[in-house]
Order: sequence, then C-alpha cells, then structure tokens
Amino acid sequence: MATLHTRASARLMMTPAVVLLLAWMIVPLGMTLYFSLLRYNLLMPGMEEWTGLDNYTYFLTDPAFTAALVNTLLLVGGVLLITVVGGLLLALMLDQPFWGSGLVRLLVIAPFFVMPTVSALVWKNMLMHPVNGLFAWLARLFGLRPVDWFADLPLFSIILIVAWQWLPFATLILLTALQSLDEEQKEAAEMDGAGAASRFIYIVLPHLARAITVVILIETIFLLSVFAEILVTTNGGPGVQTTTITYLVYMQALLQFDVGGASAGGIIAVILANIVAIFLIRLIGRNLDR
Amino acid sequence: MARAISTRRKVTFTILGWTIGFLIFFPVLWTVLTSFKTEGTAIATPPQFLFFDWTMENYVAVQNRSNYMRHMSNSIVISVGSTLIGLLVAIPAAWAMAFSPTKRTKDVLLWMLSTKMLPAVGVLVPIYLIFRDWSLLDGLAGLTAVLTLINLPIIVWMLYTYFREIPGEILEAARMDGASLAKEIVYVLTPMAVPGIASTMLLNIILAWNEAFWSLNLTASRAAPLTAFIAAYSSPEGLFWAKLSAASTLAIAPILVLGWFAQRQLVRGLTFGAVK
Repeated sequence: MATLHTRASARLMMTPAVVLLLAWMIVPLGMTLYFSLLRYNLLMPGMEEWTGLDNYTYFLTDPAFTAALVNTLLLVGGVLLITVVGGLLLALMLDQPFWGSGLVRLLVIAPFFVMPTVSALVWKNMLMHPVNGLFAWLARLFGLRPVDWFADLPLFSIILIVAWQWLPFATLILLTALQSLDEEQKEAAEMDGAGAASRFIYIVLPHLARAITVVILIETIFLLSVFAEILVTTNGGPGVQTTTITYLVYMQALLQFDVGGASAGGIIAVILANIVAIFLIRLIGRNLDR
Repeated sequence: MARAISTRRKVTFTILGWTIGFLIFFPVLWTVLTSFKTEGTAIATPPQFLFFDWTMENYVAVQNRSNYMRHMSNSIVISVGSTLIGLLVAIPAAWAMAFSPTKRTKDVLLWMLSTKMLPAVGVLVPIYLIFRDWSLLDGLAGLTAVLTLINLPIIVWMLYTYFREIPGEILEAARMDGASLAKEIVYVLTPMAVPGIASTMLLNIILAWNEAFWSLNLTASRAAPLTAFIAAYSSPEGLFWAKLSAASTLAIAPILVLGWFAQRQLVRGLTFGAVK
C-alpha cells in the first residue's frame, strides 16, 4: 500500500519536469520541421505555400552550405585537437606535486568562466590587433612581421579563441580521471622496470581513454553550436570563411528572414548533432548501470 | 638521493607550472590591467604592463554612458531567476528518480539529457516567431523561461547524482518513526541535500550568466544581459579598449569567483557522471 502510494506521488513529482521538457522539445522542433516544408519568408507575409523538400534541396546545394560544413568540421576538429592534446599535457603537469599547484589550477581553469563575447572581443582587439595588439608587439620584438589574424587567418583565429575557452574543460576532466588512477599500479610497473614513456602508453593512456572519449563527445556537442564568438568578431566573413552551419542558419533566419530555408538548415544541424549525441547517450547510459 | 631528485623535479615543475598557468590566465589579467588605463595608454606601443597612471575613469564612463548597472541586474535576474525556477521543478523530479526508481527511470533521465544536446539553431526560428507574436522579445520573462528550459536537464541530472548518494535507509527509518512525506522532506532530506542543491545552483548560475546564443538573439537593449551588452563593443566605432576592458572586468569578476568555488561541480555537472 505504502509503495503504491509512493509510486503515485513519485510520478506526480516528475510530471512538471517531464511535461516542460517534452513541450520544449516537441513543440518548437515540430514547428521547425513544418516550416522547413513551406516557402515562407517574413518579408512576404501571407504568401506561405507548401514546397515539399525544396528548402532542403536549396539549402544543401547552396555553395555556402558546403563551405559552412567544412568550416564547422575544421572548427570542431581544430579545437578538439588543441584542447585534447593541450588538456592532456596540462593535466599531466597539474598531477605532479609542485608548490602552489592548487593556485595554478585556478589560473588554468579561469578561461572557462569568461563569457564568450568577452573572450572573443578581448582576443580580437587587445591581443590579435595587427597594429596595437600584444601579439603584434611580440612579433616585432623578435623582428617578425605581425600577423593580421582576422584578415589572413580568420577561421584559425576563431579556433584559437574557442580552444582557449575549452582548454580548462578538457584539463579538468582529464585531471579528474588521472587522479583516479591506481598509484600502486604505476609503482608496480616502475619496479618492474617500465620507463616513463611505456608507463604512459600502457597504463595512463588506456586508463584515460574513456575520459578522452567523453571530452571529445561533449565538446563536439557544444562546439557545433559556437555562435557568439563568430558574431562579435567576423560576422561569418570575410566572405563565408568563418560561416559555420549554426551561423548560416542564423543568417538565413534573422538577416534574410527566410523561415523555410532556415528551418531546413536547423533540421540538418539537429541531425548532425544527433550523430554525436547517440554515442554520448550510450556511453552515459552504460555508466549509469554501474 | 631519491629526495634530492624529487626536490629538483619539484622545482622544475613549479617553474613550468606557474609559467604555463600565467600564460593561460594572461588574457584575463591583461583585461583587468587595461581597464585601469586611459584609452591612450591602452593602445600604446610598447604596451604598458604595470607602471602607468592607474585610473578609475573607465568604470565611471561605462556606467554613465550605457547604464551598465541595468545590464548587470538583467544578468542577475535572468541567471538567478532561471536557476531558482529550474530547481523548483527539478528537485521533486530528481527526488522521485533517486528514491523511487522504476524500470523507466534511467530512460527518462537519458531522454532529458538528450534534450540538452539539441542544437539551439534547430529551434531558433519557431522560438523567435513565438517571442515576436507574444511580444516577449527583449523582455526578461521570456529569456528567463528559455534559460530555465535549456539548463533543466543539467539541474535534474546533478541533483539526481547528489540525491542518489543519500542513504535510503535513513529515509526508511524516518518513515518507520511515522514521519509523513512532508516531514521526511523538510527534516531529513533537506539538510542532507542542501550541499548538493547549493552546488547545482552555483554551476547553473554560472552557465546561465555566460549563456550567449539566446541572449544575443532574443534581446536587443532593454533586457540585454551582460553577454549581449558586451557584444555592442564589436562595432568599429565602439572600439575603446579601456572601456571594453572595464565593462568586461565587471562582467566576469563575480562569475570567476563563483567558478573557482565550483570547479569540482563543473566535472560532475558537465560530464553527466561519465567521468568520476
């Protein structure tokens, strides 16, 4: 009796959260799907008509889409490469005993808490400015020609900024995983005469494999949605050199008022993110059982 | 002998660690330093590191020119508001999932997480149109509601992992002693759950404070939180580095302090328990 009672109240307690999230997922996503099948532009109200898959054909064959897809992959891949390799090195360093390591850890994780618009503008103006920026001054100090970051290497500049923001995330997670490694195992290997390199390859790296996978999956999901950093630095330009899928959909929707086209783009973005999300959900689900 | 090697190793890592830590932190430090310079000193070559005439004028100018405090209070209302509403909805749900799990609990939890993985652009168009038709654009209420919804899965998840660590026997003991559900929650569960709730709140305020996609797309001026307000400095005529730095310093300082307290929760909240 008591259990029945509890079960009923448990269901009642879950209802608000479930209903809210269900509504949040189904209503707008359903609307996006519906809009994506219409010819619908906000500048021509009342002219909506059914077009089937035309929006998808249009969006997918737009040369900007191919460029945006490549840019998105480069952005995600570049940031992942920097943050995973850099985060691994930083985690290994922070795992060593040294004076003030707690304070250094605070310094290293700080970028994660800086809001995206601030970090993008600070990097673009104060560090990467081709004349007055700090990097330009450093380059001249060493007799080099300053790089005009956002004119010559726009996508790479954004990759650097985003990587700086996500480096702490990778570092913290890999450090947490590193600290759960059994010390005795490492010591035993050391006693058996395993060098530092082979200890790293055969003991540390396999132990970290799972954490690295998690970093890659979670970062990918967030990086597919990078937006503010592009908006405040390049607006997707020059040309389409820094336009990602997310940014392309935004432009289609709020700058060209093409509801149908933007919705088709949005659905394509959802599909791309889901490919990653499926792996991540499986991994989390497996962990939940243990 | 072994000790000597270990000391040398420690010194090496101390130097290496502090150098790298300083380099990674440098953009933040540079922003804080620049906020105390005049606009002339801010763009000077060679750059002035410490020995310049420190001034507070930028902080005064930022407030006078743009009503900075309004955007600050918008950020506070939106981040704290969305977190509190989220907790109100999530606490009962997480409690139920942790203490009366059924066969489907795991699936519900995973499904909730999967909504967090939905890219924002997938729903940008309908949300924008709904906001336009219901006159929610550039208002605090609408943005708070959206942030509540996008962070709800993380709140439920974090609370669930904390609640699950509370031993169920204690609740049973209370129940045997005749405590009602309400009493059980108020006298037994709440004191044990408060640390977990506080951590969840902390991380969520940070996430909401720094949220930029919806803030930029759904607000213009009146309701703009700091993330959106700072974006105004991207226009070429607005490139006043010292003022940009002052506005940025004020925007990131409070959250940086909270973030340093929340570093453990960061791993817990953002990896969904996949790393321990």
